[in-house]
Amino acid sequence: MNFKLRLWRQKDRTSPGSFQEVEAHGISPDMSFLEMLDEVNNDMIRAGSEPVAFESDCREGICGTCSLVVEGLPHGPDKGTTVCQLFMRRFLDGQTISVEPWRAKAFPILKDLVADRAAFDDIIAAGGFISAKTGSAPDANGLPVPKKDADTAMDAAACIGCGACVAACPNASAMLFVAAKVSHLGHLPQGQPERERRVVRMVSKMDEAGFGNCSNRYECEAACPKEISVEHIARMNRDYGVSSLFGSERVRAEGGAG
Amino acid sequence: MILDSKIPPGAMADKWTDYGFNMKLVNPANKRKHKVIVVGTGLAGASAAASLAEKGYNVHAFTFQDSPRRAHSIAAQGGINAAKNYPGDGDSIHRLFYDTVKGGDFRAREANVHRLAEISLKIIDHCVALGVPFAREYGGLLDNRSFGGAQVSRTFYARGQTGQQLLLGAYQSLMRQVGEGQVKLHTRREMLDVVLVDGVARGIIVRDLVTGRLERHEADAVILATGGYGRVFYLSTNAAGCNVTAAWRAHKRGAAFANPCFTQIHPTCVPVAGDHQSKLTLMSESLRNDGRVWVPRTAGDKRPPHDIPEAERFYFLEEKYPSFGNLVPRDVASRNAKQVCDAGLGVGESGLSVYLDFSDAIKRLGEGKIREKYGNLFHMYDKITDENPYQVPMRIYPAVHYTMGGLWVDYNLMSTIPGLHVLGEANFSDHGANRLGASALMQGLADGYFVISQTLGHYLASTSLPKVTTDHAAFAEAEHDAKAHIDRLLAVKGNVPAVEFHRRLGKVLWEHCGMARNEAGLKLALQEIPKIRADFWNNVSVTGAGGDLNIALEEAGRVADFLEFGELMVRDALTRKESCGGHFREESQTPENEALRDDENFCHVAAWEFTGVDSEPILHKEPLAFEEVHLTQRSYK
Repeated sequence: MNFKLRLWRQKDRTSPGSFQEVEAHGISPDMSFLEMLDEVNNDMIRAGSEPVAFESDCREGICGTCSLVVEGLPHGPDKGTTVCQLFMRRFLDGQTISVEPWRAKAFPILKDLVADRAAFDDIIAAGGFISAKTGSAPDANGLPVPKKDADTAMDAAACIGCGACVAACPNASAMLFVAAKVSHLGHLPQGQPERERRVVRMVSKMDEAGFGNCSNRYECEAACPKEISVEHIARMNRDYGVSSLFGSERVRAEGGAG
Repeated sequence: MILDSKIPPGAMADKWTDYGFNMKLVNPANKRKHKVIVVGTGLAGASAAASLAEKGYNVHAFTFQDSPRRAHSIAAQGGINAAKNYPGDGDSIHRLFYDTVKGGDFRAREANVHRLAEISLKIIDHCVALGVPFAREYGGLLDNRSFGGAQVSRTFYARGQTGQQLLLGAYQSLMRQVGEGQVKLHTRREMLDVVLVDGVARGIIVRDLVTGRLERHEADAVILATGGYGRVFYLSTNAAGCNVTAAWRAHKRGAAFANPCFTQIHPTCVPVAGDHQSKLTLMSESLRNDGRVWVPRTAGDKRPPHDIPEAERFYFLEEKYPSFGNLVPRDVASRNAKQVCDAGLGVGESGLSVYLDFSDAIKRLGEGKIREKYGNLFHMYDKITDENPYQVPMRIYPAVHYTMGGLWVDYNLMSTIPGLHVLGEANFSDHGANRLGASALMQGLADGYFVISQTLGHYLASTSLPKVTTDHAAFAEAEHDAKAHIDRLLAVKGNVPAVEFHRRLGKVLWEHCGMARNEAGLKLALQEIPKIRADFWNNVSVTGAGGDLNIALEEAGRVADFLEFGELMVRDALTRKESCGGHFREESQTPENEALRDDENFCHVAAWEFTGVDSEPILHKEPLAFEEVHLTQRSYK
């Protein structure tokens, strides 16, 4: 198969970027999208020019590193799929395909197709955890967890932190990412003691990092490679409301670590 | 070089507990005065950084990824072992210890394995406290499943994403410490050298992967948790970025490399489809609980699987190993798949795959139950192969997955360089010649959460460490070496991408140092690898600049190290003339074609000392003694 690629090239964080048109020849339909890009890059290296920078690691859809907007869609056209698991058989021979990085104020572009997603780490550092010191835990079966709650927690915990939800959102909101963590830990009995401060701190850090607000467009759910449901956002809003009404002063008085 | 394993005295079951009392301690108020570097943020690195920071140490954590959560531990699917005996099927610390020593084909250190089995209980407790959403039964208690090499159900799991959930637990603990200022996190930094001052590890040199700047970092101790070297084979289930660079550079500074030929070829992977592939994908071993492995009885039978009647199917694992069946250890399952394919019974276009068939389980349990247990794996398989495994059997073939070898460490997890500690897959100690399923996660977390957080204190309290700054000449020299290496790569200006040399190296290793090895093949590989290396240094193309985000330079640097390391692996395999676990020497097999160990000559750890890139390394041996589990030929019949 052959393709015409329009690749976003940008020297660094501050330089303006533009599309570069590149031909991809002799591509097997069994190649993944990233393997196709590998081929294109190797051709560039052979020709003495600099390959297009993009990120990937596990290439099996779990690490959340890969982050390409393909034809305007984060991770490309397949539902529930990261771009590393998108295969070229999905495209038409001769098709023109545009490839861009995540675009969001809170995810500055470092080079070409590489965006900086450190803001996600900052949000987790602000409250996305259960404070339990190593070695102090009671027996694992000491506290039964209803299967339904454990399953819902796992549904939310499946988030891979790739940022497609932000890239898909017209407001570049990180609500689905934050809600997934709030809901994961909030569904478990172990997560209850910090439930109020967790949601307040994470949301406040999210705002601080420059992510937008949620306007219920649900683009995030549609783009999410792990198909995390927007129901978690509703749950987070409920927790946030409760914490703001009844618990915010307590949370504020304790100060923030972030 | 002296290999002192520092195994504490006393009865096997008391060693670790007694040692806890005998270790020296660092006063809580003094811990913050000790700066500790942790390189790598996977299960071992993140858990070590988090637990050391909780105890009060001043921790600096480094990862070459954009976030600690990307580490390849995240891809582990099946589960984590622990001797909880919740199902009441006769498990115990002793049984987990026994299974692991036997599963490793008697090439692991007994004392380390016993400690691992003891700690396994605490890991599950801690992970549940951190909010890891393990699978549960309707009563709310934890569920278990069985895994290869064991006849009890001791594996805890979170759907097919156990590694992800355990890593996120450790990552969240790490980020909590970052938020509290106890850990300084350095992302997008690749370690290029370890710095020795007066023979003691006192810091590292890293490259900032965004700006290309080289940085010096000093500390009182350095911990490497940089993972395995499976990508030396090019095609493996490891992530694209996995590399041997940190471990190899430490080896070049004096850390012995132990048992590099012990690599694990995992039996259940999606088969190779073509030359374009950048990696192979694992299908969790847990699938062998419900999937049955078979091939047609007659060579060249090209009928679709559904048209082959039961009597004409060869369920080779069930027939050969009736008591373990499809749940034999990984090395045994892989070798048998190779044997049937070599005999012409393999299926698929290439003939290099076997069926993993779920139709019986779907009939018995219903598709819904199978979807609940393995949904994400089936989905992934469908994506890659364009075949629906609910309807047609999966096709699988072995692929490189894990490396049991690694930097040599003593009982305290310290390498032969004082102050340099090595955790998780990067070290060698607990799995012998073959790792049992669901044991890697256990070891990574045991090392990180529970072992190093104690043994490091003992090292710091019993060692006098003069103050060192990054102005020291040793830092300048190491930085100079790292820069020279980068400049050398950029100066070749050939026209061949680094990946092509990597593929060539991988083919040589897979052919001659893969599932089966023999003297002639290994000797041939020893001639081939230096040729590929020379070709690399004459013709590699590294475009772009050093002072920039440069993916071509990153890749070339890692390939250059694999080209040196691969040779050591082959040399180790050639020297070990016995078969054991994942290392199958064709010259050494039983009449039934099983691995035949030679305990008289090879019951030791082979630890190699670096002497120069083109000079022969020196072999040191740490003898292994088996006091509790008696040396026997493994049988899973």
